Amino acid sequence: MFTDFDFDVIERALPYLWQGMMFSLGLTLLAMVGGIVLGTLLALMRLSSYKVLRVPAGTYVNLLRSTPLILVIFWFYFLVPIAVKHITGDSYAQGIGPFHSALIAFTLFEAAYYCEIIRAGIQSVPAGQVQAAQALGLNYWQATLQVVLPQAFRNMVPILLTQGIILFQDTSLVYVVGLTDFMGAASKVAQRDGRLVEMYLFAALIYFILCYLASFFVKRLQSRITPPR
Amino acid sequence: MAMIEFKNVSKWYGSFQVLKDCTTKVEKGEVIVVCGPSGSGKSTLIKCVNGLEPFQQGELIVNGQSVGAKTTNLPQLRAKIGMVFQNFELFPHMSVTANLNLAQVKVLGRSPEESTEKSRALLQRVGLIDHARKFPGQLSGGQQQRVAIARALAMDPIAMLFDEPTSALDPEMINEVLDVMVELAQEGMTMMCVTHEMGFARKVAHRVIFMDQGEIVEDATKTDFFGTPRSERAQQFLSKILHH
Repeated sequence: MFTDFDFDVIERALPYLWQGMMFSLGLTLLAMVGGIVLGTLLALMRLSSYKVLRVPAGTYVNLLRSTPLILVIFWFYFLVPIAVKHITGDSYAQGIGPFHSALIAFTLFEAAYYCEIIRAGIQSVPAGQVQAAQALGLNYWQATLQVVLPQAFRNMVPILLTQGIILFQDTSLVYVVGLTDFMGAASKVAQRDGRLVEMYLFAALIYFILCYLASFFVKRLQSRITPPR
Repeated sequence: MAMIEFKNVSKWYGSFQVLKDCTTKVEKGEVIVVCGPSGSGKSTLIKCVNGLEPFQQGELIVNGQSVGAKTTNLPQLRAKIGMVFQNFELFPHMSVTANLNLAQVKVLGRSPEESTEKSRALLQRVGLIDHARKFPGQLSGGQQQRVAIARALAMDPIAMLFDEPTSALDPEMINEVLDVMVELAQEGMTMMCVTHEMGFARKVAHRVIFMDQGEIVEDATKTDFFGTPRSERAQQFLSKILHH
């Protein structure tokens, strides 16, 4: 059945595909870290008793979550240079380049999703835990960092990973600003060499292996961070 | 000057009044037992003392500071008042020793070594030194509650609040916790305990406060309370819980 197939095309394209994969992984990792940090802050804001924090965070999250990712990437790429020009008055101002604008777009977009995950995680920590922390004299940040977030994140690990996998797969959207990730690289080679089936099969296999390994790793991590009982 | 003084404290949840004009005092070294039917506002009353529950009217002075005042540094005040909860509320992601060390290091600024030394002495005292490295989930309810008491004591509190400390325990574990509390009381700790353990009240309490529907119905010395409670509601309550 595979007699018509030419799997050598994969071997020849490996360096290029590797480059694309490094780009995908790099962008995923950076956007994930940035998204989780920003998402945590947004979640704390949304759960704040102060309206001035709650409302802007809620608006931001709802706005970003109702916008397609591809649009956010697009906007950032084209709007940032315009904004820079407008602010600095320098009509030759360049944007921040496709990579940085994509990174910011992904981070801001993912932060909205992470915010909702983390908010649920924080709410899963019993109120008594917060009271106990407060009763010991811990202030808001001490109670949040020492007592609430460690327990919240422990509960959230699987769903944070799921979101990370979605993000990893979404990095292929960077083609709209002319960047090449793993999927983009595979796609380009496939079109160039006319080997669509082989390349797309290979890409699917790689995605499967990586995502499977990631969930395996998270399972192990989870059993390690669960306190003994 | 009283250690804890309630002056006409009232609190509402929406339109429902949970505390009605509560006035009472706790002197230094006094042991007060707060009892009453469920939903009568006992827990809310003692959670007001360290500002875990805000109130809308009246004044509450703890160690010379007004709890409700905007200028009061609540974390600082809370650090001096120990609190023990019905559901223990140990931090499940930390070892027993880490539970005791956390606030000593973060709030009192003790060094980790000094904190650990203090923690170990307290664990020894509540009979749990062998469990110092375990996690809360590995201990029985009674053991967890004793750790929680040790955690509160590690802050060298000037008073202790107990919110139904034995209500979530299996019957055979109640005494190990009460024993620690009795010992504390006999050492002269100022204590405010919400509990239905009348044996404990008889043994160490100086005064008993009986609450019903958010009101302090009876605030009497132990002998008066168990001898001749003045209010009918307190009599009814006592006859219900002392029958068995």
